[in-house]
Amino acid sequence: MSATRQFSPVAKLEQKTVVDLIGKGKRVDDRGPEDYRPTTITLGVVEKANGSAQVYLGKTKVLAGVKIQPGTPFPDTPDEGILTVNAEFVPLASPNFEAGPPDENSIELARVVDRGIRESKAIDLKQLCIEPGKKVFMIFVDVYVLDHDGNLIDAAAMAALGALVNAKMHAFKVEKGEPVYLEEIIPVPMQNYPVSITSVKVDGTTVLDPCLEEEQVMSCRLTVTTGKDDSICAMQKGGLGFLSPDEIKKIVSTSISKARDLRAKMLSNVK
Amino acid sequence: MDGRRIDELRPLKIEVGTLDKADGSAYVEHGRNKILAAVYGPREAHPKHIALADRAVLRCRYHMAPFSTDERKSPAPSRRELELSKVIREALEPAVMSEYFPRSTIDIFIEVLQADAGTRCAGITAAALALADAGIPMRELVAGCAAGKVDGKVVLDLSDIEDKQGEADLPVALMPKSNVVSLLQMDGSLTEEEFKQALDMSVEACRRIHEMQREALRHRYHVVKDEADKEEEATEVNA
Repeated sequence: MSATRQFSPVAKLEQKTVVDLIGKGKRVDDRGPEDYRPTTITLGVVEKANGSAQVYLGKTKVLAGVKIQPGTPFPDTPDEGILTVNAEFVPLASPNFEAGPPDENSIELARVVDRGIRESKAIDLKQLCIEPGKKVFMIFVDVYVLDHDGNLIDAAAMAALGALVNAKMHAFKVEKGEPVYLEEIIPVPMQNYPVSITSVKVDGTTVLDPCLEEEQVMSCRLTVTTGKDDSICAMQKGGLGFLSPDEIKKIVSTSISKARDLRAKMLSNVK
Repeated sequence: MDGRRIDELRPLKIEVGTLDKADGSAYVEHGRNKILAAVYGPREAHPKHIALADRAVLRCRYHMAPFSTDERKSPAPSRRELELSKVIREALEPAVMSEYFPRSTIDIFIEVLQADAGTRCAGITAAALALADAGIPMRELVAGCAAGKVDGKVVLDLSDIEDKQGEADLPVALMPKSNVVSLLQMDGSLTEEEFKQALDMSVEACRRIHEMQREALRHRYHVVKDEADKEEEATEVNA
């Protein structure tokens, strides 16, 4: 059952500092309200995975790995490969994470990342069919949060996309319904590059890319994921607050332009 | 697709106080969706360690009956249900004055008996009424409705077939008095313009649903009052 979360106790004084700064158009780490923290992405950090990527978003650190295996397709999409996104909030990333089955926060994160990739049709799943209705390739994207300093959704989405871009598989031909692997190595067929941008509302002001302190004082957050043609492919509001329709529209248009910059920067680094 | 205008809601039937044992309850039929919501509380927090010193803990379970869908759904909570329980709780929580009941819990149970797209929104519509029926102080009601895109057109309140064939789905929950959105999700593909259109459309629809919610609540109290009056008459006659 979903229950009101207990926040780690942050001193009232510290909360007030964060809120006051944002009210003045400043932030705890000297950024402007619409500045993104410096991001670095490193591909291929885990050799045994088909693809992997490690993302630093400020001090937030997320690792994503892609594994590809044959499996049975879903009955409603017999000729399409399967995409599965899972997220682990490993206990070493934050004093508030505990070992055990995924809680609602990691499920929400995984599902938001999944929606971005799925709804933007980032992977051409039709190309991953081996024999319709019998066998297809399953793509598992596992997101590992290693250090939690806020805005895990954006970092996870970036790492997942990086790992998919980095992912390689053997070319294959189909013989008697079984895949026969060839020498040639091919990339996973990508056709879109979704980028998530998260904003939070603190005391009536919205700021982009919240750090942990800002997340702890936020009233709510809004994640907007856009594809390469600037179309919106996924959104998610979180937290106990609310937004007016005008605030939402403003966040959406800022997010679209920010995503455009970030996507260009990321793809130039990756390729 | 089912003969409605693009901004027309499916038929809505709302009933408040349908259950006997729950502190508050409501039943909503939104198109072919059949949804039951119940509220227990405020009651003692159990286990004790979940209690919060400054307000009540709000707990929410969204669950679909195994027979509610075309294919049988396993009764075990799926990842989707866990996510929806969370977003529904977050949609209702801003409206509940939980600071009046520190160290206690308010439990919200939403059971989807039949699902036909838009269950989370109808669930919110029902749960907000169940909270009000339980006598929990609220800043205002919360109403939910989705908009989406089918055949390249932005339309309101998708049905199941439309949702499956459609290009986008945008569930929204609104607190109508202060005109703020407390649930917003989206999947599919929308341009910025289409998104604005869909958002305005669903906000407008939430207002209409809110009117029906108020009507249902009022009706409930008239019924309770009538019953009380009758009882009073009966005792007078006996005396």
